Amino acid sequence: MLLRHTTKEVRERTALTVNPAKTCQPVGAMYAALGVHGCLPHSHGSQGCCSYHRSALTRHYKEPVMAATSSFTEGSSVFGGQANLLQAIETIFAVYEPEIIAVHSTCLSETIGDDLNQIVNKAKDEGKVPFGKYVIQASTPSYVGSHVTGYANMLEAFVKYFAEKTNEKIRQINLLSGWVEPSDMRELKRIMKMMKVKSVLLPDTSDVLDTPMTGKFEMYPKGGTTIPEMVSMGDSMQTLGLGEWATTKAAIMLDNQCKVPFDIIDIPVGLKATDRFIQALAKAGRVSIPESITEERGRLLDVITDMHQYLYGKRVAVYGDPDNIIPLIEFLVDMDMKPVYIVSGTPGKHFDSRMAEILSERVPEAKYKNGPQADMFLMHQWIKENPVDLLIGNTYGKYIARDEKIPFVRMGFPIVDRIGHSYFSTLGYTGGLRIVEKLLSAIMDKQDATCLEEKFELVM
Amino acid sequence: MNEMLKGRKSQIVTKGHDDVAIACGKASIAGSVSQRACVFCGSRVVLYPIADALHLIHGPVGCAAYTWDIRGSLSSGPQLHRLSFTTDLKEKEVVFGGETRLYNALISLIDQYKPKAAFVYATCIVGVIGDDMEAVCRRVTREKGIDVIPLMSEGFNGTKKDGYKIACAALSKLIGTDQTSVVPEHSINILGDFNLAGELWMLAEYYRRMGVNMVACMTGDGRINDIRKAHKAQLNVVQCSGSMTYLAKDMEDKYGIPFMKVSYFGIEDMSDALYEVARFFKSDEMMQKARELVREELSKLLPALQEYRAKLEGKKAAIYVGGAFKAISLVKALRLLGMKTVVVGSQTGNQDDYNLLKELCDEGTIIVDDSNPNELSEFVKQTGANLFIGGVKERPIAFKLGLGFCDHNHERKEALAGYEGMLNFAKEVHASVCSPVWKFMK
Repeated sequence: MLLRHTTKEVRERTALTVNPAKTCQPVGAMYAALGVHGCLPHSHGSQGCCSYHRSALTRHYKEPVMAATSSFTEGSSVFGGQANLLQAIETIFAVYEPEIIAVHSTCLSETIGDDLNQIVNKAKDEGKVPFGKYVIQASTPSYVGSHVTGYANMLEAFVKYFAEKTNEKIRQINLLSGWVEPSDMRELKRIMKMMKVKSVLLPDTSDVLDTPMTGKFEMYPKGGTTIPEMVSMGDSMQTLGLGEWATTKAAIMLDNQCKVPFDIIDIPVGLKATDRFIQALAKAGRVSIPESITEERGRLLDVITDMHQYLYGKRVAVYGDPDNIIPLIEFLVDMDMKPVYIVSGTPGKHFDSRMAEILSERVPEAKYKNGPQADMFLMHQWIKENPVDLLIGNTYGKYIARDEKIPFVRMGFPIVDRIGHSYFSTLGYTGGLRIVEKLLSAIMDKQDATCLEEKFELVM
Repeated sequence: MNEMLKGRKSQIVTKGHDDVAIACGKASIAGSVSQRACVFCGSRVVLYPIADALHLIHGPVGCAAYTWDIRGSLSSGPQLHRLSFTTDLKEKEVVFGGETRLYNALISLIDQYKPKAAFVYATCIVGVIGDDMEAVCRRVTREKGIDVIPLMSEGFNGTKKDGYKIACAALSKLIGTDQTSVVPEHSINILGDFNLAGELWMLAEYYRRMGVNMVACMTGDGRINDIRKAHKAQLNVVQCSGSMTYLAKDMEDKYGIPFMKVSYFGIEDMSDALYEVARFFKSDEMMQKARELVREELSKLLPALQEYRAKLEGKKAAIYVGGAFKAISLVKALRLLGMKTVVVGSQTGNQDDYNLLKELCDEGTIIVDDSNPNELSEFVKQTGANLFIGGVKERPIAFKLGLGFCDHNHERKEALAGYEGMLNFAKEVHASVCSPVWKFMK
């Protein structure tokens, strides 16, 4: 029992987080910046931060993750990190030749009062930023929000810096993606193509963090949203933000700066959220929904019908980031499952109301919590009180799954012990099919392995 | 890459071409894509394997999240070290201080888990907001009656090596606090083994077969009560010299315990590690037993290695690891497999290590300190390496380049130390270098 230390009684904790269901802002900023073509993320802080974030992303994607650091020393913590960042900008453009340096701050640089705007402007004034190259910056102190807000802040920085309003509207929409996998970004683009909606997807980590093996190391792989694409976002007809936590800030920025109206909807996970996404796309792009999309929906529905008896009433525990788990929980309820325990380390006041809206009628017994102390320890205590049939979340759930012998489906960030997330999307109707397949396999594998001999079934 | 990082030149030498000594121990240049980590990381990885202690990270959530169970240090008993505890500091504490939060967290953790001791790690921000962590730890020590040891390991306060030093100082506070236990004759401490994939258990068994008793390992499969009596050993055997030499020197000063540096990688170094201990105790019987052990192990190992050597003969390797001392053993171990080292570097090597490497390597070998992905991939291309040995961040780069890879860092899955480890190493290198997948690369 790896988690033999988890007590069954839930005690109030205020000062302590045990086994966090989140991590800090800068890693989100780094991930978002990797979804822009030719962009080198830069961590303005101690060396360890950059190293940890790169390792975390490398473990999840099994891809090289490039990012630079200001390499703070004791001197920088006293005198400020300006000299480090100025030198860094010069070094990076000379040696690594990115199009863009996307600087994010850390708890250290924020607390000592470094003003990124001022330092970046100084770098420009001193001619340290070559012509046609860019430095942008986002404030991402680790003691605020979570990895999700770091991602949101970096997206905002990109549109703030690049989106331009001319007087010519372009018949395209902006699609701001929440934190999803490269496979999901690819799927979003496929759906857009099927719908014949011209769009700019920001960020886009496909072809960056799922690159083919070629025998060459590419510092800047071919994927990522390009600068001209980002510039054109200011002239788009509309913005669709997928995920309130990750995309609201950038959507508002585009509205304020370029008067592009926006809608924030859920990431298209499962049936209803994908319905809303497709409808929003049809409306924003002024297109009708093609037969091929309707057929995909029908296939998902068909499988759910076929397998309903194995899904019905199953108690599920879910943890992860709000944008991703809100539509997932809705999907589980739609399939007649019972998501009974839900935690998310990311703070945000709408979480409770969204959960209540989805759960109060169909799963009134559900317990949910987000923000500080909404951690894996609490989740485990709930499960010990009253077990579940299925656990869904990132790799860190494997301790609980093993100790409590619960079928476990990996979704979220990070997944460091299985593959697939980079290549097989869980978005849209087709992605929904994959989710159903994964849930069923986990549940039915356990049934096959543990049921009584006389109950063992060939046909299921 | 059209330009090498300015100021990096002195940290790269090619044997046979450059006669200058390599520069090392320098802070990384701002703006480099360095593979290095920070002070906190150094302290955290060194103490992490102590399984019955509480490890609390005082800071915002990230530093705890990224170091949650990432090191494959096995414990034969408690698993408390594999949990992640953090004070999860927020804006409020950054403004008003986090001392109360730290105090409350410690009290509730100690009440709940009853650890044998507690380590509290300072992260960057603690150094800046001015929490008096030492005072809080003193207070909790008084109130709870267990040692609560603060580590002033703010990330910016030097390099990873400074983190090792801080961890050693923390261990030093525990050592000597058990005056009553008696240890047998011929007792040693093993320093700098972290029981990755159970390596320590193998080593301790070798020593046991020679009649040598282990008092404490610092810190693999570590226990607080063993560390308290570590001063009763007659000898400290130090591996991974980068992290534990500070402690060995400290124990020599305080308790007069001599130390020897060893390495457990490869046949020669492993055998020397046994012989040297027997020599130290001036026991013919022990030496006899060590020889028998080596003979017995080699009689199993050498024939088994042949199969791999035959396939690997003449292949070339690039090495980039944390400590340079490890790199030295790797060069020798690769040689035993018939492989030549063409690039070798480390994050934290010192002058002595690099001199040794230079002596050991063949003409033309590139030796590098604090490298980055561009340089490494450039060197690999230049030298035509077939294998890369490194850690988590280097693995996908090596694979993209079409090279075999062996993880010689925290994420190793098989024991690589000792005689069995040598065979595992050969198997791993062979599996990766001779994988059929490389044939499909265009």
